[in-house]
Amino acid sequence: MPSRNTATESPFTVGEAPFRPGDKADFGGPWKEQPGDLWRPDPVQCITMDTLPHCTGLIRVLGDNNKASGEWDPKLNAKDLLRGLELMLKLRIFDERMMKMQRTGKLSFYMRSLGEEAVAIAQTMALDDNDWIFPSYRQPGAQFVRGRDMVSMICHCIGNTEDNVRGRQMPVHYSWKEGNFISISSPVGTQFSQAVGVAMASAYKGEDQACITWLGDGTSAQGDYHYALNFASTFKPPVILNVVNNQWAISTHRNLATGGETFAMRGLAYNIPSFRVDGNDFLAVYSVTKWARERARAGMGATHIEVYTYRAGAHSSSDDPVAYRPTAEEESWPGGDPIERLKEHLIEIGAWNEEKHAGMIERIDAEVMSAYKEACEFGDLANGPYPPASTIFTEVYEKVPWHIQEQREELGK
Amino acid sequence: MVEMNMIQSLNSALEHQLETNENVLIFGEDVGYFGGVFRVTSGLQEKFGAHRVFDSPLAEGGIAAIAMGMGLNGLRPVAEIQFADYIFPAYDQIVNEIAKLRHRSGGEFSTPVTFRTPAGGGIKGGHHHSQSPEAQFTHTPGLKVVYCSDPYNAKGLLASAIECNDPVIFFEPKRCYRGPFYGDPHNVPTWKGHPRGEVPEEYYNIPLEEARIVQEGDDCTVIAYGTMVHVCEEAIRKSGISCELIDLQTLVPWDRDTVVNSVKKTGRCVIVHEAPKTSGFGAEMSASVQERCFYHLQAPIKRVTGWDTPFPHSTEWDYLPSVERISSAIKETQED
Repeated sequence: MPSRNTATESPFTVGEAPFRPGDKADFGGPWKEQPGDLWRPDPVQCITMDTLPHCTGLIRVLGDNNKASGEWDPKLNAKDLLRGLELMLKLRIFDERMMKMQRTGKLSFYMRSLGEEAVAIAQTMALDDNDWIFPSYRQPGAQFVRGRDMVSMICHCIGNTEDNVRGRQMPVHYSWKEGNFISISSPVGTQFSQAVGVAMASAYKGEDQACITWLGDGTSAQGDYHYALNFASTFKPPVILNVVNNQWAISTHRNLATGGETFAMRGLAYNIPSFRVDGNDFLAVYSVTKWARERARAGMGATHIEVYTYRAGAHSSSDDPVAYRPTAEEESWPGGDPIERLKEHLIEIGAWNEEKHAGMIERIDAEVMSAYKEACEFGDLANGPYPPASTIFTEVYEKVPWHIQEQREELGK
Repeated sequence: MVEMNMIQSLNSALEHQLETNENVLIFGEDVGYFGGVFRVTSGLQEKFGAHRVFDSPLAEGGIAAIAMGMGLNGLRPVAEIQFADYIFPAYDQIVNEIAKLRHRSGGEFSTPVTFRTPAGGGIKGGHHHSQSPEAQFTHTPGLKVVYCSDPYNAKGLLASAIECNDPVIFFEPKRCYRGPFYGDPHNVPTWKGHPRGEVPEEYYNIPLEEARIVQEGDDCTVIAYGTMVHVCEEAIRKSGISCELIDLQTLVPWDRDTVVNSVKKTGRCVIVHEAPKTSGFGAEMSASVQERCFYHLQAPIKRVTGWDTPFPHSTEWDYLPSVERISSAIKETQED
């Protein structure tokens, strides 16, 4: 008989974060799970329960010795690995520049991907170029993979005259049709179930086009997450469903998001193959996503992935984690830093060195700075100019209806 | 022209859309094999196959979400929400997502979804099979809101709704599926022999911006939509007063000009809907008529609506605007 939790006199359990301010964070040293622990099932033949060990274990490729090994090693060549490194660096440096802009009032708000750069970068690199990307606010990095111009991204964040969404959405809520990167929305998790519909439409049209989507550990409590899994399980469209478990939803630790052992395991109950992958291991994240893409291409439906990582920065520019977690908790994270780990791997295989790395940072820094300056020429939030006020009234409907036209005239701009 | 009830005319509109546009897909609870609890999608799966017309899991929030996703990826989904009362799990998806997608993406993405949903009372449905939640959608920019009232406009309006590139909430007055309702539950006619039950077999549409003048009159303008159009017809007969009856048909964007021109002519206005009074769509119409017709009005604008209470079961005839309440209101507008 399972016994009731008697740790407290409380009639129910309220989960707790393992560490709070003043504590010394200790996640038990390096991962116990090692590369090679888990086999790679055949993506077409795999049945859901084959992946049970992958839901309780952790898929790794990069070992603590910085070497790649095991069945999940995607055997990427040095050129692709360097591209991944460069894109992750670009995202990090871009984020830093944007945070500085936010601090100086040039934009209203910002959200970094700090520590989670491998998620959007590796996963998008593992997809086909025309696959649909349905991101949450922590995957803007996908745009770098598809080559979006940084000036255009910064103009959106500022909400200036060149913002392609015309100053309507908060910063980081990108939309980029050319890159099949679907408009980001603030209500968390809504994209997860929508992505299933996007994938169903692709399947209906007979196009080999998968849809990838993400949400966080906290957001996986939303109904939309469960709708997505159930509809994906029922209709089996080519969709890749990722729970980015970065430990924190603002101040809510993932222990308060579920009573389950792992997030990955939930997928099994929906009869969807599920994996738990070290989210700071670029190669492992890439490899698992590639598996999911192969399965989608074969018409075998969805894959559910828990990307196990750590939100190294604040939730957003409006948040300060000092109030709810130990300072520098991220430094104790056994997964380390995704950029450092890939860099060390590249050095290990003789494809990279510190000098080249420093040169790359310098070059990206200059690129970002130049894009930033160019974007500011179109206006910044503190000083304008902004998109014309008439853009408030357009694109609410395909054609402006009479009542909105009247209101536009009332504003008189 | 053939005789159709509203179920048949809606079915005919759907059949035409499925035939002429392979991007049209129909799904919802029980709409596939069974053809819908009200039979509106009857026979469509058999004719067009299970990939065009299918049953979905019982999750309105999921139905709305996949509709949004399909719509932005080139399809034209027509989702059924089995009762309007059950649309609320989908409310976030409709209000925050579907309604705003075009605007929020700077026009890069849009989703031409139609939600069909049976609404309104008069079927002994109690709290949760009777509500008329149109105002919860008319208050959301980005949505078009349609409320049909008879077989003829049901078919024409549904064609326009599906062809519209904006998302549409399409309310079907379930009380009128099989016949008009004149406020007397003991005398329920069918559409047989009714002029609005004469429906062309071929395609036609009715623009989503036009009200219909059901009958012309001189002394009072009565505005209604859905089932209340027919109840108002009877109330007007009972009142003996020459009334102009307007069936709004589309609530967003509504045909203000037709309403305003009529009130300027009659100098009096009665607004009728089943939904509760407070913040109902009647409030919007009343305010707009006052703004435009103040110097033409010879009496205060009257609203006859459902009460500001949950919709009851066995006492529903005392909840719904009745012939007596409406005709009294019309008469009151004629007093000095």
